[in-house]
Amino acid sequence: MTKTKRANALMYVVLIIVSLISVFPLYWMLISATNKSIDVSRGTMLPGTAFFDNLKALFAAQPVQTAMFNSFKYAIILTICALIICSLAGYGFEIYHDKGKDTVMSILLLAMMVPFVATLVPLFRMFSAAKLLNTTIAFILPTISTPFLIMMFRQSARSFPHDIIEAARIDGLNEVQIFFRMFIPTMRSTYAAAMTITFMNAWNNYLWPKVMMTEDGTITMPMLVANLTEGYVTDYGVLMLAVLICSLPTVIIFFLLQKSFAEGITGAVK
Amino acid sequence: MSQTKEAKKRKMSLEKRHNLTGWIFLTPATLMIAAMSFWPMIQAFILSLQTGTANKLKFDGFSNYSRMFKDTVFMQSLGNTFLYLIIQVPIMLILALILASMLNNKNLRCKGLFRTAIFLPCATSLVSYAIIFRSLFGVDGFINSVLIKFGILNTGYNFLGHATSAKIVIIIALIWRWTGYNMVFYLSGLQNIEYSVYEAAKIDGASPMQTFFKITVPLLKPTILLTAIMSTNGTLQLFDESLNLTRGGPSNATITMSHYIYNQSFKYVPKFGYAAAMSFLIFILVAILAFVQMKVGDKRD
Repeated sequence: MTKTKRANALMYVVLIIVSLISVFPLYWMLISATNKSIDVSRGTMLPGTAFFDNLKALFAAQPVQTAMFNSFKYAIILTICALIICSLAGYGFEIYHDKGKDTVMSILLLAMMVPFVATLVPLFRMFSAAKLLNTTIAFILPTISTPFLIMMFRQSARSFPHDIIEAARIDGLNEVQIFFRMFIPTMRSTYAAAMTITFMNAWNNYLWPKVMMTEDGTITMPMLVANLTEGYVTDYGVLMLAVLICSLPTVIIFFLLQKSFAEGITGAVK
Repeated sequence: MSQTKEAKKRKMSLEKRHNLTGWIFLTPATLMIAAMSFWPMIQAFILSLQTGTANKLKFDGFSNYSRMFKDTVFMQSLGNTFLYLIIQVPIMLILALILASMLNNKNLRCKGLFRTAIFLPCATSLVSYAIIFRSLFGVDGFINSVLIKFGILNTGYNFLGHATSAKIVIIIALIWRWTGYNMVFYLSGLQNIEYSVYEAAKIDGASPMQTFFKITVPLLKPTILLTAIMSTNGTLQLFDESLNLTRGGPSNATITMSHYIYNQSFKYVPKFGYAAAMSFLIFILVAILAFVQMKVGDKRD
């Protein structure tokens, strides 16, 4: 009994240490955002009083509102489009599956192996030729359809009861109506998980916008944060405040959707 | 007679119609992947056979490919990427597995709190966490000020200015950011294992170690394979960390393949052909590694 007790205590110690390490850099970011740069360098661990000064300095130095607006615009449009297109496909692959569709699915999975950097130059040339650089369309198209999302929806469509589809058909609903009125409401947790992942990826996307968003008004939050580190002297307080602002939306979404996120992933891993 | 024939016909056409509906449903996503992944990949291959700067490209056989292996910076980036892959991915996946099996314990208190804390790093953006770590490990950063306070160091150590310590910082940062992400996959996989299996093992006197290796690992094999392939893929494509945490430095000691390719395409005089050849190599490496992992993971004991 003492042995299991000791093992139990060890488990709590490990979990507490890992949790502290996980949270610490974020706590430090929060603290630093409220302190002067010099105090941050001195290793302060307590909240300071420079939050509003940092805020003023940040807004004076960088177009925060523009970057915030752009990041939200790109990420929301991309998430909505990606969810519709990929869930339609996942549903189509599973509910009406046959040999031909299974073959197409396995070909699509190959796209998971295509590194984004490999497609970077051809994509840049394509969008440049189409005169679409610096547009929302150019931001969303490359990642609007991903094999990962399609697979996630196909996996969860497996647990969607066929009886519901048959019953709905008898009730006179057509196939599109069944998808929108039956499938989407039933699969809410899968959609929540997919939404969390897609929004986070879209929000955090850095390489592609860095390459093709070259005009001033098209800046995104990750680009703005990276810009702040370009100079020789870094104001840690201002920098960490920018990092904090950039992280808030994804952290909030994660907290709001955490429960359905776990459920959705569980459905997809089955 | 004719009636059954008609019914049959109607059924056939209904089936056909459903079949067609399925194709229509999956067409937009399929077309987008073809246009945004496969087509650029073909383009990249054609580009990789050309040399010259952005607008004056000429076909030049496989010269870009042979050039790659004489390019010391590229070989350095290849070495760095594989170093991250070999050291960071196994540590991260094992840690994630151990944490997941701990959190799967039914009697554990504050389970949700631990899970949230460990997953939280994943909610920060790649640029953000790279910059947090850059600041933490800066010469006048937090880590140095703590080390000085405790008398371990006299002056700040330039963690990011020395090749070995800079690599270690990148590996620590990667483990911090991605362990929780993989843990969620394992936790989800564990939900599908009946808890009674664990209780039975306990009654039979199995130690936690035995339970872990004899039950958890084998039953989670498909999920482990999935995370291994995802992490390998992600590591071969590392970019943000190299760019924003260490700037690839000191003198290219930590640069990753994607970062070097980015520099060759957009930072210096654009060498699109050469960049395409290097990125095609990444594609081949990802494909080979995924294939090997699937072969190894598929083996039945």
